[in-house]
Amino acid sequence: MSATTMFGLCGAAIVGLGLYGLITNPQPLRKIVAFNLIGSGVFMLFGGVARRGAAAGFGGDPVPQALVITGVVVAFSATALAVALLLRLFESTGSASLRDSMASAGTDPTDP
Amino acid sequence: MPYPAPGLDQATTSGGFLLVLSVVVPVVGILLAFAAGGRRAERIALATMPLGLVIVAAILVALRRADAPLIYLLGGWAPPLGLALRADGLSVVMMAITAIVIGAVGVFARADFATPHGSVEARAPFAFWILLLAVWGALNTVFVGGDLFTLYVALELLTFAAVPLVCLDGRAETLQAALRYLIFALLGSVLYLTGTVLLYGGYGTLDIVLLSRRVVADPATLVAAALMTVGLLAKTALFPLHLWLPPAHAGAPAAASAVLSALVVKGSFFIVVRLWFDVMPGLPGLTAAQLLAVLGAAAIVVGSVVALRQERLKLLIAYSTLAQIGYLFLMFPLAFDAASARLASGGALAGGVLQAISHATAKAAMFMSAGLIYAALGHDRITGLGGIGRALPVSVLAFALAGAALLGMPPSGAYLAKELLLQAAVETEQWWWAVAVQAGGIFTGSYVLLVLAHALASADEPVTLRVSVSRMQEAAALALALCSLLLGLLPWHGYLPIPDGIAPTPPAIAALAFTLWPVLGGLALAILLGRWSVRLARISSGRVVAATVGSPRRAALALAGTLERLDDLLSQWLAAGLALLLLAILFGAAMLAAQ
Repeated sequence: MSATTMFGLCGAAIVGLGLYGLITNPQPLRKIVAFNLIGSGVFMLFGGVARRGAAAGFGGDPVPQALVITGVVVAFSATALAVALLLRLFESTGSASLRDSMASAGTDPTDP
Repeated sequence: MPYPAPGLDQATTSGGFLLVLSVVVPVVGILLAFAAGGRRAERIALATMPLGLVIVAAILVALRRADAPLIYLLGGWAPPLGLALRADGLSVVMMAITAIVIGAVGVFARADFATPHGSVEARAPFAFWILLLAVWGALNTVFVGGDLFTLYVALELLTFAAVPLVCLDGRAETLQAALRYLIFALLGSVLYLTGTVLLYGGYGTLDIVLLSRRVVADPATLVAAALMTVGLLAKTALFPLHLWLPPAHAGAPAAASAVLSALVVKGSFFIVVRLWFDVMPGLPGLTAAQLLAVLGAAAIVVGSVVALRQERLKLLIAYSTLAQIGYLFLMFPLAFDAASARLASGGALAGGVLQAISHATAKAAMFMSAGLIYAALGHDRITGLGGIGRALPVSVLAFALAGAALLGMPPSGAYLAKELLLQAAVETEQWWWAVAVQAGGIFTGSYVLLVLAHALASADEPVTLRVSVSRMQEAAALALALCSLLLGLLPWHGYLPIPDGIAPTPPAIAALAFTLWPVLGGLALAILLGRWSVRLARISSGRVVAATVGSPRRAALALAGTLERLDDLLSQWLAAGLALLLLAILFGAAMLAAQ
């Protein structure tokens, strides 16, 4: 098994772990961490692709690397936004859960 | 240009610079608003809007004159090395409608998000105007982006701009809805990103035109297509992946709801269209297209029935969005050309896009008038709307016109879309989708009529309005509703692939029949399934109706209860997540089977 295949398989495994966490874990913070895990797995796949697509004399194809950098920036901003929302939610309710949002959304706070 | 470009599609066309402007102008607006501070954000945003409209108009003219897609190569570098911005008829039409809706929302929001002289700057108005421009810039990038990774970034920008709009007022429920939305959208976009990795690995480019020439049906490409499709469906909130939409769209302030429901979900829908029609029209096959439309039909039924059972107007409209999103996906099997075994850009595609446009204008108008009713009454319980028709005639009229446009009354855009889809159903001999198209109109009629029946009923006691409603706001809602109602009259032929022989307005009798069907069918559904106040049931005619429909209503309500429980189940993470994975597998299998 070549190193590239190894990287690809590891990436796939990480994506799988992240997906499991994101879907099954009820806590938002863990979901956010799981999302980052999936992201890391995908970036590893990108790494494998970069290595495989390298032209003669190059260590790797530079385009996937540029894409990974952009992807990292996007994932970082997403995480920052999610954590900020989570903190606000925790400040205002004292708990951080995603349950029961259906029942109360769209209601008027001043409505008796 | 440093590198002379080979081939026609590899050069910047005249007018290509306008595409850059369409993206840059809203972004410059954001930066200026940031720098100038809270008080001036509103004025900067409002100044940007006419500028954006002018740019879109110039693009419309340039496209018509060139009669070929506009292209701009960033930095003069041709793909695969560089990035291209491209605009065809589809993208220009979407850009135009975006500019119009954003402009109307801007006019509408002036009353809610103003910072008058002498008042303290607040965070919500500042954030709103900046986010509005951000949604606009991101959407324009989605429409002109020429490669799949640019589209990914644009889609993420769109999400990041849309999520804070949900929780502008900072209440705990809306924060929760925003967080749900964000996390589910991130799950969708990471699936899309995985697909782009696989495509890049296979073909060494993500440029849409280059990819469309290179794609072959190998396993990696099919997996990529399945993952990207499902990821985009999660962002579009197609049933059963809609857990985030109702709380997010119903909890946001009216102006924000209008943008979210009318425009933001169309961004990811547009990328599904690009992917299926432009990047890989020959790969998905008929089975996968049927699967998409089956999900769409399920969305129409579940969304409409659950909408009819809602107690609050804003939630009803949010569920109606769910149903209308389903309607957009009916076009996929109808666009399938059996002879060449690929999706063809014909009448069905034009119908789907027209439906998206009509929904954008009509739904924005509906959310605006619902927001005005909410503000005036202090609540939006549907059974408590009695008398509002007399107190707020213009708002209710805007709602009624938007509803009429949405259910396909000629000459609305939805009517033209319906005609196109029905014709495609006849041509491809798929009568069942013609039934679904007609049923969609009837379901739309049902919840529109339910709301109007309550709004036009007389009140128990005279309605006292909490606040007086601004004329400007009512005018904005009414203008959008009228726009949707008259969309069918516009000359679409230069921009959308509309086959000859489709008239924008049918003969009077046919027009009447076309309107009557959804109205009568919708009335029956509304009586069977809607929530009626005790008082309406007590009047004599109500008693007669109650006696005749008693037992079918009980049966219908039992069925509706089942659908509501299904919706409850799917609003749990585990069920929605598993549905997502299952759909990815199903789409992969369907595409594999088609080869």
